Amino acid sequence: MAGGRRGYDGVAVCAPVTVPYVRHSIRSAHWFCGRALAALIERAGVKKHDVDGMCVSSFTLAPDTAVGLTQHLGVSPRWLDHIPMGGASGVVALRRAARAVQAGDAGIVACIAGDTNHVDSFRRTVASFSQFANDAVYPYGSGGPNASFAFLTDHYMREFGAKREDFGKLCIAQRDNALQNQNALMKRPLTLDAYLKARPIAEPLRLFDCVMPCAGAEAFLVMPVDRADALGLPYVTIEATIERHNAFPDDPIQIRGGWAVDCDDFYDMAGCGPDEIDFVQAYDDYPVICFMQIEDLGFCAKGEAPAFVRKHDLTAGGDFPFNTSGGQLSAGQAGAAGGSLGLVEAIRQLTDETLGAVVENARRGLVSCFGMINYDRGLCTSAAILARATA
Amino acid sequence: MTTPLPPPKKKDPVKRTRQPTLPTANRSREAQGLTAMAAAGRFGLQVCADCDTVQYPPRQICGNCLSDALEWRDVPDAGTLLAETTLQHSNDLFFRDRLPWRLGVVRMDAGPSVVAHLAEDCQHGQRVRLSLDLDRSGHAVMTARPEAPDANQEDDLQLREMAIDPKNRRVLIVDGKTTLGLALAKAFADAGAREIYVGYAQPWKASASLETARSIKGVTLFPLDVTDTDSVRELASLIGAKVEILVNNSHHVRMGGVIDRFDLNTSRDELEIHYHGLMRLAGTFGPVMRARGADGTHGAGAWVNVLSAYALVNNPDFGTYAASQAAALSLSHCLRAELAAGGIRVVNAFTGPLEDEWHQMVPPPKLEPAMVARRIVDALKTGREDVPIGAVAEEMIARLAENPKEMERAIRL
Repeated sequence: MAGGRRGYDGVAVCAPVTVPYVRHSIRSAHWFCGRALAALIERAGVKKHDVDGMCVSSFTLAPDTAVGLTQHLGVSPRWLDHIPMGGASGVVALRRAARAVQAGDAGIVACIAGDTNHVDSFRRTVASFSQFANDAVYPYGSGGPNASFAFLTDHYMREFGAKREDFGKLCIAQRDNALQNQNALMKRPLTLDAYLKARPIAEPLRLFDCVMPCAGAEAFLVMPVDRADALGLPYVTIEATIERHNAFPDDPIQIRGGWAVDCDDFYDMAGCGPDEIDFVQAYDDYPVICFMQIEDLGFCAKGEAPAFVRKHDLTAGGDFPFNTSGGQLSAGQAGAAGGSLGLVEAIRQLTDETLGAVVENARRGLVSCFGMINYDRGLCTSAAILARATA
Repeated sequence: MTTPLPPPKKKDPVKRTRQPTLPTANRSREAQGLTAMAAAGRFGLQVCADCDTVQYPPRQICGNCLSDALEWRDVPDAGTLLAETTLQHSNDLFFRDRLPWRLGVVRMDAGPSVVAHLAEDCQHGQRVRLSLDLDRSGHAVMTARPEAPDANQEDDLQLREMAIDPKNRRVLIVDGKTTLGLALAKAFADAGAREIYVGYAQPWKASASLETARSIKGVTLFPLDVTDTDSVRELASLIGAKVEILVNNSHHVRMGGVIDRFDLNTSRDELEIHYHGLMRLAGTFGPVMRARGADGTHGAGAWVNVLSAYALVNNPDFGTYAASQAAALSLSHCLRAELAAGGIRVVNAFTGPLEDEWHQMVPPPKLEPAMVARRIVDALKTGREDVPIGAVAEEMIARLAENPKEMERAIRL
């Protein structure tokens, strides 16, 4: 194994759970995380105290962290983690939890990502996101992530010849997928015309390039395979994971993420190539980052994602099924839960529990996460290849 | 090409005046190093003393070698515009009032990539020059301009939020009888000020300079005695709601210290003019200026205090004068804090000795009033806050920064 990476033998990932998304909520993040835990134990048929490991990601729990949540929810885990990596947190939680289970530090780990969205909470989150953002980004127009991704999109379009239509095709395919997902907030089809003519937000970005913040939670369980079998839970196995932070710091502006550093290792560990992946769930707060993931995870060379997207059908029934639950662009961005949306959808696809569009005969799926624009670029990247459990 | 900005129309008194809002003032302590640079009109970033890496955003540990020896140094301001956006949406009230707003990412030749406000005539891929400017919250921001800026740049609506350009603004010059007052009136006329109100004390006394002032384009003369609260209040009630830039240049210069010239009357006069005079002006003109900080494209913008550099360190030959200037300087910091809510900038100009009768006994170099006036107008155009004027003041401030005790000992003529 390249880099001495060890496999995740004996680890099962199961019980995909979504606390349905709402645009705004008067509930707290504690409520969304707590309801997620309740849904997990109900789904798994275990008692609350059987869950002896917990891993939490949330932007709106403050002043609390996972620690406060243990007392709030009355749990006494022997393994606890809090992952402040936003959109990258899903796969990072997965790989931490898998190792804990493998080592016997925890028996069942609940990985929960959830956030609330009060009417003013998104503005408050972006107005004080990081020291570098406070000092060197937010005073410049206070556009939040829209402005940051507008820069990356503008540069990517000029550098690699991507057209608005290319991003539009991806957004429309995801909307098609979302229309079959009851939890998706976007309920109407998207046309190319509507996409191109939507209200400008931060040029070249228009309305349908931007995720809609909302409240909700995504969660799943990690446990030994024999435990899942004993509980009669369908599960997926982990073939490979990678994680990288602040990759390529010398790039003048972000054109790639940390996936590109570890891509070869990733497929070596999984023992497969990109052509053997049946679907991709990528982080999609803005379409340009999807294009970078398609490139950096080896589906095409750098700069060729526009041509790749033109050539392929990205709907669940297409030849490159992509964000099959609609992704954040059509389902909504429930804060840190956005970093687990694709992972939970991948578990559903590979355990035949999907809420919406089905990828036929899917045996292996790739999940990719991205998060935390600390200053001018997203710092955290992670990815996993999950496989259908073989009986 | 920057779009020319038409002069403001006559104000419709029925229409609501836009209330001042400010961009975010939330900055780390490290980032205030940028504010110090901007206030002084310098372009500097942290540079690692051990490995010479230029750092941005500001921090406490070198991002290359982990040294903590980061020094603020002047660095080359050139770079290339890599990406841009035009915001049509903002989370912040200040920017919502001013959309669309253009931003870019500039790769500096010195190393870092920076997010910057863009001048209107910046083009993608172009070579640009960066500056550190104070925004309306009084904190430093980066602005990118083309290497060869075009002629109308003072009309750029975004840049006008950083600098307080006198073009088409209305200016009050508090004391028009001095050579400096006259020079200020000329300099503001040259800078395209729409109206120039010039105050003068003791209206019963004839003055040749007032006749000259009257002949300058846009000038109107008003009686104004800063030692008389009624006089100040009366003028504020007449023109207070029109003053967009106020220049307090009232000065009463007499030589003498506390033992060598024990004279409370002179000292009282100095305090009346420099300290209480500033207070009277602030109390009467300040409130309406603060309220008009966002009044259209030419709202109230700046308050300029013409101070002596002796405000920073006492010159015993002008001992009580320097003490009253120090009092005025301290009060200006209070005024700055109180005007901040309206986004009104308080500019302190620190002059060396002027070429006038009251500095007869001071050796050269001495300042020509016309030069002082031009430098004050430039400071407004370039958005500076603390402005040493002339070699004497510049040297004094540099020596104070290096070793205040040395300056205190050495200042005696």
